Amino acid sequence: MGRTRRASSGFVVRDLLEVNESGLYCERGDFYVDPWRRVSRAVITHAHADHARAGCDRYLCAAEGKLVLRSRIGGGSPIDTLRRGESVSINGVKVSLHPAGHLLGSAQVRIEHGGTTWVVTGDYKLHHDPTCASFEHVPCDVFVTESTFGLPVYRWQSPEEIAAEINAWWRANRDAGRTSVILAYALGKAQRLAAMVDPSIGPIVGHGAVMKLVEAYRASGVRLPPIDRVPPRARRVGNGRALVIAPPSVLGSSWLNLFGESSVAMASGWMTLRGVRRRRGFDKGFAVSDHADFPGLITAIEATGAQRVLATHGFSDALARYLRETKGLDASVLPTRFTGEATPDMAVAADDDNALEADA
Amino acid sequence: MKAFTDLYWQLDATTSTSEKVAALRDYFASAPAADAAAALAVLAGGRHLRSVSTSQLREWAADVTGYPAWLVEECYAHVGDLAETLALVLPTPEAAADAATDPGLAELMRTTIHDLRGADEARTREMVMEVWRRLAPRERIVWHKLLTGGLRVGVSRTLVARALAEVAGIDQAEMAHRLMGDLPADAAAFADLLVPEATAADSRRPYPFFLASALDRTAVEQVTEDLGDAAAWQAEWKWDGMRAQIVRRGTDTTVWSRGEELVNNAFPEIVAAGSTLPPGTVLDGELLAVCDRHLLPFAMLSKRASRKHVTKKILAEVPCVFVAYDLLEEGSVDLRAMPLAERRRRLEQLVPTPFTDLLAGTAAADAGCLFLSPLVAGGSWTDLAANRAESRARGVEGLMLKRLASGYSVGRTRGDWWKWKVEPLEIDAVLLYAQAGHGRRAGLHSDYTLGLWDDGKLVTVAKAYSGLTDAEIVELDRIVRATTLEKHGPVRICRPTVVLQLAFEGVSLSTRHKSGLAVRFPRIVRWRKDKAPADAGTLADLRRMIAADG
Repeated sequence: MGRTRRASSGFVVRDLLEVNESGLYCERGDFYVDPWRRVSRAVITHAHADHARAGCDRYLCAAEGKLVLRSRIGGGSPIDTLRRGESVSINGVKVSLHPAGHLLGSAQVRIEHGGTTWVVTGDYKLHHDPTCASFEHVPCDVFVTESTFGLPVYRWQSPEEIAAEINAWWRANRDAGRTSVILAYALGKAQRLAAMVDPSIGPIVGHGAVMKLVEAYRASGVRLPPIDRVPPRARRVGNGRALVIAPPSVLGSSWLNLFGESSVAMASGWMTLRGVRRRRGFDKGFAVSDHADFPGLITAIEATGAQRVLATHGFSDALARYLRETKGLDASVLPTRFTGEATPDMAVAADDDNALEADA
Repeated sequence: MKAFTDLYWQLDATTSTSEKVAALRDYFASAPAADAAAALAVLAGGRHLRSVSTSQLREWAADVTGYPAWLVEECYAHVGDLAETLALVLPTPEAAADAATDPGLAELMRTTIHDLRGADEARTREMVMEVWRRLAPRERIVWHKLLTGGLRVGVSRTLVARALAEVAGIDQAEMAHRLMGDLPADAAAFADLLVPEATAADSRRPYPFFLASALDRTAVEQVTEDLGDAAAWQAEWKWDGMRAQIVRRGTDTTVWSRGEELVNNAFPEIVAAGSTLPPGTVLDGELLAVCDRHLLPFAMLSKRASRKHVTKKILAEVPCVFVAYDLLEEGSVDLRAMPLAERRRRLEQLVPTPFTDLLAGTAAADAGCLFLSPLVAGGSWTDLAANRAESRARGVEGLMLKRLASGYSVGRTRGDWWKWKVEPLEIDAVLLYAQAGHGRRAGLHSDYTLGLWDDGKLVTVAKAYSGLTDAEIVELDRIVRATTLEKHGPVRICRPTVVLQLAFEGVSLSTRHKSGLAVRFPRIVRWRKDKAPADAGTLADLRRMIAADG
């Protein structure tokens, strides 16, 4: 929530960003960051559905993310872009975009006005991801951070360790003549998985919803290994050697029957917890996330030098309290409608990935 | 520890019985005998006492990680499993034990769990820290569960018996019998367990209990169709007590609960009565609390059963009897293969006084506390159904139906023993508090506290957590989060919006709930989305059910 504060000069100044019914709003510059309603000007951190809504008059995003954003919001509205290092003045407010490492074209929004700098992270991770630019630490006064995995039980293994685990599972399935099906977000996680596994183990197959974005990634210059489409009206695909990448919404659908005997794994940060893994009856869970883990959040927050931190979505209460009590920061919760990484219970139910329409 | 950890995760990862048995078999066939004995005690034995309190563990985890205690609590509320929470927040071990230095389960249990009992806090803390430094996160979870006495991994004694029978190459029923009573305590005893030829029975060893299956039928026609001629069946009342065996052999008399715990200390008068039986006798039956010709609520019996030592006061307040319904051994001969009709004939000679005589006041004053389970008259299913309908007024749960020609089997073998319970009582109640579940439901609010109206206010009457589908639990979890008024650790107080239909077996007076009433076996039957909280039942409705309940 916005608040007024007394500046060092003694004047009372309003916050540069405030939450209103349409989203996170910069009144001075008259633009929104990741609005949840249609607005005239939207600065977009990344193209996931909870951050990028269709129907705004004008968009601004990182140059690398333009094609992906276009594929999500459809044609019509113009998309302006900024390259790394570029900035633009929107009604006198200086705006620049900096890599967030979440997925291709994901950006932190740096907003500077009257000597105060805010950074809105959107979603981010610190680990290396071959499909996008790495997270950049941007110094600021106020840091608006996600906190999807803002509890210390969330600590990721290194990408190399996770890749080795996925490869070992795939290889063991292949040797047993079982197809490996890995469920992941169609945008971002799916492409990252394709880029991190060892393609010499067998063929990689993508669900229609995944392939649409694979094309956008390739058109944006990201190198991905060969990924086969599921042919239309196919009755049987692969011979137990393939790694199939599909959105979670296929779980329980007849689409999975195409692959015969299979082992179904879920790739999500929530797979850290045994209860979540068991509840959905996945054969395997890989705790691989495009969000920062708890130590990652703390590292990112401390590196900004910000004295004021606003935590949004996820474990924002716990993170803000920890930052206040243990790190001595002015930290509080900023209520937004972002959802972060949906838990598998939600992800399986949601058709956010448009899996059904892309199924044909 | 690595081998047992692997076993734990294999068992955890599957719901298939045959995969579980295979994992157990492979473990028992390859583990050193001492470790196998320790694993058997963990998987099939009773709960052991904790040597460390869970609050100490949380406190020490906070010390080690530098996280404030409330943050560790917050993690626990989210994860829903303390062993797992601690394993996840603790720092990655510096030097995980490799195969050469990996301690076996038996040694680890002895040095880090059994030996800690009674140790002072400083020593215990030092040991816990030491183990934390040594074990990998996946091993820590298992060790935490061993330490806090809560290792549950969906393995029944029957499953363990099946696996061990395969390892030993003997019959499963024989292995189930060998596992009754005291489990092997060391490597030598474990080796004895696996010898192919039958061994001399331990004089205290009870028989594996035969368990009845639920008969979900109300209509007489359906029962006739399922069970055939009523004349082929023996009917008894289903008492709401504690299943037990009295084992009288040589000079020993032991009383075993169905959980295979020795309960001699809690029931001295039953032990005394059992010692009057001829040596070489085993009775199967039910422990019941009866005072002044009235059955006491199960809660009182349960309170007494949990005592290590019973005082004179408790003995006087909660007097107990044993109602025998089967004779498993007579003259040191195992009768289990004999038809029920013949076992019953012999039982009636040994224990002649029907329990109903005690309730009616016609039993002799010196009848003691061993009684015969009375038969329920009824030449036809129609007559039996009429008797069943009276169950609640008699203070019983329904009827037990046993095939007269059947032997006494092992475990829950379907077909010969049925419990034909009376239809449950039901009331619509309002969701007031919700708590995050454990295990498979960790992180979801799946334990519910429900309330009823009393004078314009909602008061709590029961906790219940079964009966909803997984999808409903997820949906309800979202409502719980959205309607939370207050959070107290893992418990959320909710704005009353949800009505759940609650089923239960009976109502009694209680001091545990604010309502002054307690319901037995509460469970959720369905989510009444068609009802608003204002439509839910009242305490007065529930009180009327006590009256009807007798």
